[in-house]
Amino acid sequence: MFAYLKRPEEGRTVTIEYEGRKLIARAGDTVAAALLASGIDRFRSTPVSQSPRGPWCMMGACFDCLLEIDGVPNRQGCQVTVVEGMTVRSQQGARRVSP
Amino acid sequence: MANYDFAVVGGGLVGSAIAYGLCGEGHRVVVMDEGDVAYRASRGNFGLVWIQSKGLGMPNYSDWSQSSSRLWLELAPELKELTGIDVQHQRSGGVHICHTEREWLQRRETMDRLSRETEGRFHFEMLDHRALASLVPAIGGDVFGASWTPMDGHANPLYLLRALHAGIHQRDGEYRRGGPVRRIARDGGAFRLERDGESVHCQRVVLAAGLGNRGLAEQVGLEAPLLPNRGEVMITERVAPLLDIPTTYLRQTGEGSLQIGDSHEDVGMNDGTRTEVLADIAQRALRAFPRLRDVRIVRSWGALRVMTPDGCPIYQASVTHPGAYLACCHSGVTLAAAHAKRLAPWIGGGEYPEEIVPLTAERFHVRVSETA
Repeated sequence: MFAYLKRPEEGRTVTIEYEGRKLIARAGDTVAAALLASGIDRFRSTPVSQSPRGPWCMMGACFDCLLEIDGVPNRQGCQVTVVEGMTVRSQQGARRVSP
Repeated sequence: MANYDFAVVGGGLVGSAIAYGLCGEGHRVVVMDEGDVAYRASRGNFGLVWIQSKGLGMPNYSDWSQSSSRLWLELAPELKELTGIDVQHQRSGGVHICHTEREWLQRRETMDRLSRETEGRFHFEMLDHRALASLVPAIGGDVFGASWTPMDGHANPLYLLRALHAGIHQRDGEYRRGGPVRRIARDGGAFRLERDGESVHCQRVVLAAGLGNRGLAEQVGLEAPLLPNRGEVMITERVAPLLDIPTTYLRQTGEGSLQIGDSHEDVGMNDGTRTEVLADIAQRALRAFPRLRDVRIVRSWGALRVMTPDGCPIYQASVTHPGAYLACCHSGVTLAAAHAKRLAPWIGGGEYPEEIVPLTAERFHVRVSETA
């Protein structure tokens, strides 16, 4: 569904983990861009109706790209840059508040 | 020729509730709202339907608020039925958190006084930490206790505004957006309202323009001695259900966001935010609910309360300009049901609600002793 307009043949890449799966991402990309480029467009389910959602604005405004990144829930995937070894999970519904 | 029975100036919660009530009685109503350049207190509202703490020194205001709390049980399902919009009203009871024993004792004194002044019509209980923790399990261990009333509750103010607008439309009322109404002139026994590019004729006029009432009331022989009082609010990310009932300064919305607020600042017509104030709000919330330590704030805003000198509403019919009415208050959510179901019928020609008889602007006049 999503592809880079022009993907440089040589460029630094990092490996991240999404739902237990290894993904190769282009260094410097946001987590949201990296997932979309890997064919993942369902990032989360909504807190109220559990409807599926994916990135919409890609600029920090819509909060539809929420993910659990390195154990922190509800992070905006479009505002976080990929880092080698990063662990990403989909955000299922509302996060819980720690006890 | 008058086109409308009523023009309501102001399309916020106060004007919309009154217009909704008037439309429901078969009057031809137009709401004259301003655009987004207006101060829009209704869009910044915290959403409490709150009874405790209101009416000290003015028991009628407590009675009026209590009446609204009861009528909310009719208004919310009625709006749902008519418009399909669930305004998320819950009459769940609410708590005012007292962090220390000293705060708790002071609170008890205040609540006792309100109960005495209303001759027992205001019911409350003081909760110790254990009783509070059973109602609000997320409460922090250092909190001393709280006052609780069964009449308190909350609703979503934005859905309420939307539902009232939809209800007005359903009931064949008209909503017109434009510039501020600048002039209200008599036109025989009727009125002509003027704003840029528009002139509206109506038999009667209701001023519900929030702080904007200040420049309008005097044109129809009324007074609106109002001052802005800024409240700042923060919204957290959505979280799984944590709070079943609202507190004075923290509530959880139907979607899971926590709304934190209740600051009071005198800063004129400035609806911005200040980091120091937001930090204080956050610190207090953390003292009450330490579990919020890693919950993120996603939005904040400031809004201006429409404040009278004594904090109680002003409702008044003009003597010099029969057919002109004034409604000013800062509790557009709490009082929405009373405005729709009791104030509007009075303005429409029905019974004068006895609670609001003392709530005219005359109470602010200096009283000269008769023996002086």
